[in-house]
Amino acid sequence: MQFSGRRRKVITSPQVELYGQALQFYGQPPLENMSLSEFESFAVDRLKLLKTIENLGVSYVKLSDDYKRKLDNESRNLNFPYRPDAVPDDRKSQVGPSEYEKRRKDHISHFILRLAYCQTEDLRRWFIQQEVDLFRYRFNGLQPKQKVEFLHKNNLQYDTISVEEKKTLQDKLVNSSHNVSGITVEDQDFYKVPFQDALDLVRTRKVYLKAGYVYIPHQDIVAIVLNDFRTRLSKALALTARSLPAVHSDERLQPLLNHLSHAYVGQDYSIQKNVGKISLEQIDSLSVKSFPLCMRQLHQALRDSHHLRHGGRMQYGLFLKGIGLSLEQALQFWRSEFIRGKVDADKFDKAYAYGIRHMFGKEGKRADYTPYSCMKVILSNLPSQGDHHGCPFRHSDPELLKQKLQFYKVSPSGISQILELVKGMHYQLACQKYFELTHSIEEASFSLNHPNQYFIESQRVLGGGKDIKREVGTPQRSQENSAARGSTTDREAAAAANAAKDLPEMTEDLDSFFQDA
Amino acid sequence: MPSSGYDAACLPDLLPLYYRRLFPFAQYHRWLNYGGVQKNYFQNREFSFTLKDDIYVRYQSFSTQTELEKEMLKMNPYKIDVGAIYSHRPNQHNTVKSGTFQALEKELVFDIDMTDYDDVRSCCSAAEICSKCWTLMTIAVHILDRALRDDFGFQHLLWVYSGRRGVHCWVCDEAARKLSVAARSAVAEYLSLVKGGDETVKKVVLTDPLHPFIRESLAVVERYFPQYALHEQEILSRKESVDKVLALVPEDVRKELQQDFKNEMKPESRWKLVQDQASRKQATAKKGQHFEKEIMLQYCYPRLDVNVSKGVNHLLKSPFSVHPKTGRISVPMDLEELDTFDPLAVPTISLICEELDRPRAAGGGEESEDVKEKENEKDAAERRKIRVTSSVSLRENLQSFRLQFPPEINKTKREKRENPGGLKRRRIGQNAQDNVSRTQTDYKRTSLAKYVKYFDQFLDGLALSWKGELLKKSDLEKDF
Repeated sequence: MQFSGRRRKVITSPQVELYGQALQFYGQPPLENMSLSEFESFAVDRLKLLKTIENLGVSYVKLSDDYKRKLDNESRNLNFPYRPDAVPDDRKSQVGPSEYEKRRKDHISHFILRLAYCQTEDLRRWFIQQEVDLFRYRFNGLQPKQKVEFLHKNNLQYDTISVEEKKTLQDKLVNSSHNVSGITVEDQDFYKVPFQDALDLVRTRKVYLKAGYVYIPHQDIVAIVLNDFRTRLSKALALTARSLPAVHSDERLQPLLNHLSHAYVGQDYSIQKNVGKISLEQIDSLSVKSFPLCMRQLHQALRDSHHLRHGGRMQYGLFLKGIGLSLEQALQFWRSEFIRGKVDADKFDKAYAYGIRHMFGKEGKRADYTPYSCMKVILSNLPSQGDHHGCPFRHSDPELLKQKLQFYKVSPSGISQILELVKGMHYQLACQKYFELTHSIEEASFSLNHPNQYFIESQRVLGGGKDIKREVGTPQRSQENSAARGSTTDREAAAAANAAKDLPEMTEDLDSFFQDA
Repeated sequence: MPSSGYDAACLPDLLPLYYRRLFPFAQYHRWLNYGGVQKNYFQNREFSFTLKDDIYVRYQSFSTQTELEKEMLKMNPYKIDVGAIYSHRPNQHNTVKSGTFQALEKELVFDIDMTDYDDVRSCCSAAEICSKCWTLMTIAVHILDRALRDDFGFQHLLWVYSGRRGVHCWVCDEAARKLSVAARSAVAEYLSLVKGGDETVKKVVLTDPLHPFIRESLAVVERYFPQYALHEQEILSRKESVDKVLALVPEDVRKELQQDFKNEMKPESRWKLVQDQASRKQATAKKGQHFEKEIMLQYCYPRLDVNVSKGVNHLLKSPFSVHPKTGRISVPMDLEELDTFDPLAVPTISLICEELDRPRAAGGGEESEDVKEKENEKDAAERRKIRVTSSVSLRENLQSFRLQFPPEINKTKREKRENPGGLKRRRIGQNAQDNVSRTQTDYKRTSLAKYVKYFDQFLDGLALSWKGELLKKSDLEKDF
C-alpha cells in the first residue's frame, strides 16, 4: 500500500480520519502492510524516545521547561509529533515528513512495542510508565479547546455538581488543592468522579475527597485522562500477551521483538559473571572502596544491628548476588551476621534462609530476580521507620547525608556540590559525584544507573583499567536462568557494549546491532 | 486480671478445645461467605495455617463451613491467616495452568504496629505495650475510621486487636474488595503522613493549603495530645526528649525556645510557648510554618505499612485467631468503647478454656438453638424470601415457596424435637448445600461472648448490603 505522504484537504481517505487528532488513546491497531525495515526502524526510534523520557524523568521535574524543551528536541529528531498543529497545513514548506506521517509512525511504533513489552510484569510496568509520561507531555501541549474535544471524543463523561453544592463545599475545595481558588470554584465546573478513576490525585492528596468521590475542576481533568489511558493500556497489554504465540511463530519478528525488550534496560546484572570470585572477608573493605552509598549504608546497618528488614535484605541481597556472591556464600554471610544478633541458627534457617534462596531463584516460582537499578531504588518501596534501604541521596535528610559524607571523609567542597545536585533532584548525578570524589577522578566515564554498575566501574578504576569486555568472552557459568532468553551471548554482547556508555552512544550501538542482525 | 497465667507450652492442649467448643465458626463462615451473592466466594478463599514447629502451609481452602471445622480440628493451627479470593480453589492451584491462577478480590486491610512508633514512645519498645502508649492505637483507629468512612465512603469496617502490639482493619465493602493494587496503594498513601526511616529526622512536612483530611486528623490528635504526649510520654520534660522535639522546629525558633525553656519547666507551658512561636511564624505568612502541627503528627499520627494494604494476595492474621506468644485472642473491637479498650484485658485462650469449666453464670435454662437462630440459615432463608417476594402473582408465590422450601429447616426442627436443649450434636457428612452444621454457644459463658456479640452486630450490618445485591440479581435474572 502506497501513501503519498501529502495530505490533501479535498480527499478524505479513512487514514486521514484516523490521524485527524494529534493525540490518541491507541484504541485501534494499524491495519496496513509495511516493509520489515520500516517496521524495525519505527520500533527502534520509539524505543529511543521512551528511553529519553525515562532519563529525563529522573533528572528533571516532569513538564518543567527544561524537560519539555529536551523532549521537544528528541521528538523532532526522531520524527515524532512534537507539537500538535492547530491546523494541518501542508502548504508550509516542510523538509521532513508531514504531520500525518509523524502521527502514523507514532501509531504504528506504539503497537509494535506493545508486542515486545507485553510479556512480563516488569516489561509491562516500564512500558506503561513511559507511555503515560509521553501522553502527559503531549496532552499538556494541547490547547484547552483541543483538550475538551479530546475528552468528548473519548467518552469521558462525568457529572458536574450543582452551584449550591459548590458553595457549600467552597472552603474545602479551595483548601484541597494549590490551584483551586475561590474564583476557580465560582467560574469552573466541578466534576464528581469516583475515586478509583482519579488515583493519582488521591495518592498525592491533591483533591477534595468525600464519600468515595473526588471533586475536580475542569482544568485538572488531565489526571483523570492519564489514569484512563494507563488502565486501557494495561488491559490491552494483557490481551496482547495472549496473542503472542501467534506473533512469535513469524520468524522474522521474533528475534527483533526479543532484542527490543532486552535492550530497554541495558545491562541488568542478572547474569552472574564472577560467581565465587569475591570472598566474604573482602566484603567489609569492598563496602568502603567500591560500594555505592546506598549499599555501604545497608552493609553498615547490617554490621551494626546484625539485622536488616525485608526491604533492606532485598536491595542489598540482590546487589551482592550481582557482584558475584554464590548462594552458599550468601547464606553463610547473612547467617553469620544474624546469629550475632537476636536470631538463633534455627530461626534463621526457618525464617530467613528461604528468602535468600528465593532471591537466587531456588524457591517459589523460581524467578531469577534481578538486582535493583537506581530507578527502582529511588522510586519504589519508600523506607520507613527502622528501614535503611532506598537511595541516601533521595531518602536521607540533607543534614544527615552531610554528616555521613563528612564521616566518610568527603571534602567540604565536594559535599556542597553533592548537596546542590540533591536539591535539584539529580540523585544519580549526586551519586556519580560521590564516585568521582571517592575515587579521586575528574569525571566518571559512565552514566550511572545501577548500583552494580557503580561496583564494576569502581573495581575497574581501582584495578587499573581491567577491561570489562574481557569478561564477556568467558563462558556462561551461571545456571540460574529461568526466563527463556533468545541468544544469551548476543544479548550479553549488546548489554556489555551498552554498559559503560551514555544514552546517545548506547542507542547508536543498538542501531548498529540491529543492522548486523 | 484475666490472663490466667498463659503458657505457650499449653497451646497443643488448649487449641483443640478452643476450636471444638469456642471458635465462632458459624459467624466466621457467615462473614466470609458474604451471603452467597458471588459463586464460590468462600470456596475460592485462601487460608494459611502455621502449625506446630513453625510449619507453614499455604493455599488451604474449604468447600463448606463443616469442612473448615473438620480441617481446623485436625490440623490444630497455631496461627490462621486469611488471604484473597482466587480464580480457582486454592487447594487445587497446582492443577491450574500456570498464569491463570490469580488473586481476584480481597478486603482492603490495614495493619498498625506499635513497633513502627519506637522512635516516638518512651515507655516501651519493640513488642511491649502498655496503657500509656496504647493511646497511639486509639488515635490511629479514630483517624482512619473517620477517613475511610467520610472520605472514601466505606461503611463496613471491622477493627480487630492483633493479639499483641497492634490493630488491624478489614474493610469489607464490595467496592473495597474489588479494588486494584494501584487503588489500594493510592488509598494507603492518601492516609500516610509520616514518611521516612531512621535516616530522616523530620518525618512530617506540611505545606499550605492544609488539606481537609489533615485538618480532620489534627482535630483528633489535638484531643489526645496534651494528656498523651505532654503528660504520659513526657516529651517536653526530660532533656533528651526535649531535644528531639526541638529538632523538628526551624533553627531560629529552636534557639529561642531553648532559652525560654530554661525558665519554664512545666510541659504544658512549654508547649504553649511552642504554639505561640508557631502562630507568630504563620502570621508573617512565611511558607509552611506549621511546625507545631508537624510535631503533633510526628508523635501521634498513625503509621501504616503500605505494603500490607497494597497487595490483593497479602495474607493477614485472622480475627479470632490466637496469638501464640501472648495467648490472646484476636478480637473485634467495638468502636463505641474504643477509648476504654484495654489490650491487656483481652481474654487469653487459657482464660476462656478455664471459664468453660466453671458452672454457668446467671441466665440459666437450656441453651436452645431458638435463642440465636443459625445465621447461615437466616441468610439462606432471606435468599428464598427475596425470590418469593419478587414474583408477580400470589399463586406463583405459593408454589415456588413450597418447591424451594428446604429440607434443612425441616430437619433441624426435627432435631429440636428429638433433642430439646441437649448437647449439640455434630452434623458430619452433610451435603455441600448445608452450611449449617451446628451453632456453638459455649462461647457465651466465657469472656469471648461480648466480642462475638459485637461481631454479630457487624455481620448484621454487612448482611444488609448483600440483601440489596440479591434483590438486584433476582430482579435481573427474573428468577422467582
